[in-house]
Amino acid sequence: MLQETVRQQLLAIVGSDFYKDDPQSLVTHSYDGTPMLQALPDGVIYPASTEQVSAIMKVLNTHRIPVIGRGSGTNLCGGTVPVEGGVVMVMHRMNRILEVDLENLVAIVQPGLITKSFIAHVESLGLFYPPDPSSMAISTIGGNIAECSGGLRGLKYGTTKDYVLGLEAVLASGEIIRTGGKLMKDVAGYDLTKLLVGSEGTLAIITEATLKLVPPPKYKKTMLAMYKDLYGAARTVSKIIESRIIPSTLEFLDNATVRVVDDFAKLGLPLDMEAILLIEQDGETEMVERDIARIEEICRSEQAHSVSIAESPEEALKLLTARRSAFTALARLRPTTILEDATVPRSKIAEMVLEINRIARKHQVTICTFGHAGDGNLHPTATTDARDKEEIHRVEAAFAEIFEAAIRLGGTITGEHGVGLVKSPYLEWKVGSAGIEVMQAVKQAFDPHHLLNPGKIFAKQSRKRVVLQHG
Amino acid sequence: MRCGFCLPACPTFRETGIEAESPRGRIALMKAVTDGLMMPDQSFEEQMSHCLGCRACEPACPADVKYGQLLEQTREAIEAHTESHRWWVKPLRHVVFKQLFPHQKRVRLLGGAIRLYQQAGLRKLARSAGVMKLLPVHLSEMEQVLPDASSKGIVQKIGSHHPAKGTKIAKVGMFRGCLMDMLFTETNIKTVELLTEAGFEVVIPDTQACCGALHAHSGEMKDARSLARKNIAAFQAAGVDYIVSNAGGCGASLTEYDHLLHEDEQWREGALWLAKRVVDISHLLIRSGKLAAAQPEGQPIRITYQDSCHLRNVMRSADAPRKLLRDVSGAEFVEMFEADRCCGSAGTYNIVQPEMAGGLLARKMEHANATKAHYLLTSNPGCLLQMKLGAAKHGDGQMQVQHIVDFLHERLVHNSSDKVKEQA
Repeated sequence: MLQETVRQQLLAIVGSDFYKDDPQSLVTHSYDGTPMLQALPDGVIYPASTEQVSAIMKVLNTHRIPVIGRGSGTNLCGGTVPVEGGVVMVMHRMNRILEVDLENLVAIVQPGLITKSFIAHVESLGLFYPPDPSSMAISTIGGNIAECSGGLRGLKYGTTKDYVLGLEAVLASGEIIRTGGKLMKDVAGYDLTKLLVGSEGTLAIITEATLKLVPPPKYKKTMLAMYKDLYGAARTVSKIIESRIIPSTLEFLDNATVRVVDDFAKLGLPLDMEAILLIEQDGETEMVERDIARIEEICRSEQAHSVSIAESPEEALKLLTARRSAFTALARLRPTTILEDATVPRSKIAEMVLEINRIARKHQVTICTFGHAGDGNLHPTATTDARDKEEIHRVEAAFAEIFEAAIRLGGTITGEHGVGLVKSPYLEWKVGSAGIEVMQAVKQAFDPHHLLNPGKIFAKQSRKRVVLQHG
Repeated sequence: MRCGFCLPACPTFRETGIEAESPRGRIALMKAVTDGLMMPDQSFEEQMSHCLGCRACEPACPADVKYGQLLEQTREAIEAHTESHRWWVKPLRHVVFKQLFPHQKRVRLLGGAIRLYQQAGLRKLARSAGVMKLLPVHLSEMEQVLPDASSKGIVQKIGSHHPAKGTKIAKVGMFRGCLMDMLFTETNIKTVELLTEAGFEVVIPDTQACCGALHAHSGEMKDARSLARKNIAAFQAAGVDYIVSNAGGCGASLTEYDHLLHEDEQWREGALWLAKRVVDISHLLIRSGKLAAAQPEGQPIRITYQDSCHLRNVMRSADAPRKLLRDVSGAEFVEMFEADRCCGSAGTYNIVQPEMAGGLLARKMEHANATKAHYLLTSNPGCLLQMKLGAAKHGDGQMQVQHIVDFLHERLVHNSSDKVKEQA
């Protein structure tokens, strides 16, 4: 609980309906999409404007109270768990589309806007916003920007960072900054826009974003290739890229994932396949047909058991939607589902899949693998039980080894989920100690008192994956 | 699992945007109470009763989290410990849950009393004397749309055994329901006629009881279980192939008897036997396919359909009623925006949570009115009453609200009999 004087100042800014510190509000903002993490904040605040955010930050800065920006809390890196208490700032009320500029093909939006509503709106105007995280039905644009979310279309269209042209953000001091804008080129100084995208709420609170829109593809085709041999499927991925074809979607699902997804979505997928590739190409009709034919050839040359094309856009959509449910659907298997985010260069996908399986066997844990294989972003997912401490220990050991393997193959510890709390012990493995130092200096410049989302990205050296309870 | 996929499906989260008003939030609260992180105080109890129990979160959940079961357990625990009800709630609950619904005869007596009130000029007198003004607005509004109640249930009116017309497909036991049998006896009778016309032999065991849904949803699990046992015994004795329901809420409750009695060794098997056989009338009619599509006279009509949440989310039957309605010739089926969202009726929810229910209803009627349908059809008595209330409050007087059975009966049975006559 905050001091009464601070409470009163916050209440004066937002009104009594929008600052809460009752047990219900605290408990329901003590977690996000990440398993096994929980910590209670001291209060929850719902600002309605940039001015309010600025006023709130000034109060919190004066009293040195931490603030954790939050959208819908769907992230998987513990990014919005208030591990050091403080105030959770929920951006849901700032959810408007301020402008869609059809001349410049950009949109200006507030951070609390739900991604899927935004996508639906721009599509109704005949435009396209490609980033499509699997959680887009509930995730917010602000959250997507904070975590630099990816999605199924990342390999051809890029991820959130490729679509943010400008930002308005409030610093820890309460000062408001604006970066970039409606313009396509801008090299005036350091690129603060790119720096803020993916900064996980540790540098500023994003209050407005200018997003790039593109013309929608004219035509698309979706296919499924099924394999009795896991390695064949993984090799297909590398070979498609090597053949200089960039599909709009190239997803990989192993047998266990196919089973649970089918159980949920009732697609009637064959359950005896070791792996399935879900492939989509979009663009001009002729190019799509040509690419799909060539991809089919590659699948067959890698001993695909069968290749089929979705018969209607509805069927294709059903397949893609089912794939988006994979992470959650895996929770059908065991009580706790821990999903990770190892990413390797695309040519190393096959090797990485084999590594994951070897490491899982070595540590005797169950790890299912699916992911955006086309951009090298795999989601090895452990199905386990948080109550079995010994097993969790083995899971952690296995993941440490998986990250190590990813880095060894030229990859990284996270491709789209962010570092947050759970990857922080491994960040140094990727960026080195000099890298950490530079990042910390940047943090210091933006947030000298470490009030913005403390405990995230930078770990105390010895920190391992932890279970936090009871605040 | 805290992925949040349930949030967009939840009507109360949509209405408020507050995490605590979402399935993920409510489960977090339940867990916090279990873990001792939070006291089950009054605001916790209020939050649990704020949930409609529509269970739209369940089909939306890839992880297959059984939210309905968690909610029932929580409400049971609250009911066992609560002292915070207002003074009149406990005695009222006692009367409703223990003295009224478990006894079909008493339900019929109540039906008779309501009918007396409606017919003997008492209603007129009460309305003109302003007695209704003493009731909260939402109750007096509801009173005005109540159909004529009946003291005689379906068995008293038409008996309990009805042979199939033509070749018999199967023997079905009809679940008559409490509200359905008291307020919509005619609909129950038409249900039997539709079924016999379609080739089913229908029996209505008179020893059947209330399904127990209201009890279970309100945390009175012991009573719910005892009612379930009565129903299992009644339908097993009747030796039926299916148990048909024309009320989504009751049907859903029956399909979950296997869970309700899973710890009851003696009744576990019977519960499973019953749960497996329960089917909604629409589904059964689709399966039979023996009803001829009607050719009504006059102008083509436009129809729309409001899902019963429990029929859709628990019995997972959203396609069958739509398929039947699309088959009615001379009628154009128009899907209403968000037909899958709760109308706010939710058992006794519209009575105990008038504010939230009112908001949901207003939104629902906007979408219903936008279809410009002549008929708004539903599959559950609670939804039917709520939609009648909605049409009276927010409609333009052009839209009729009907149970899907009444609508189909008018267009299928009449027609089908005519055809048979013509052929003869």
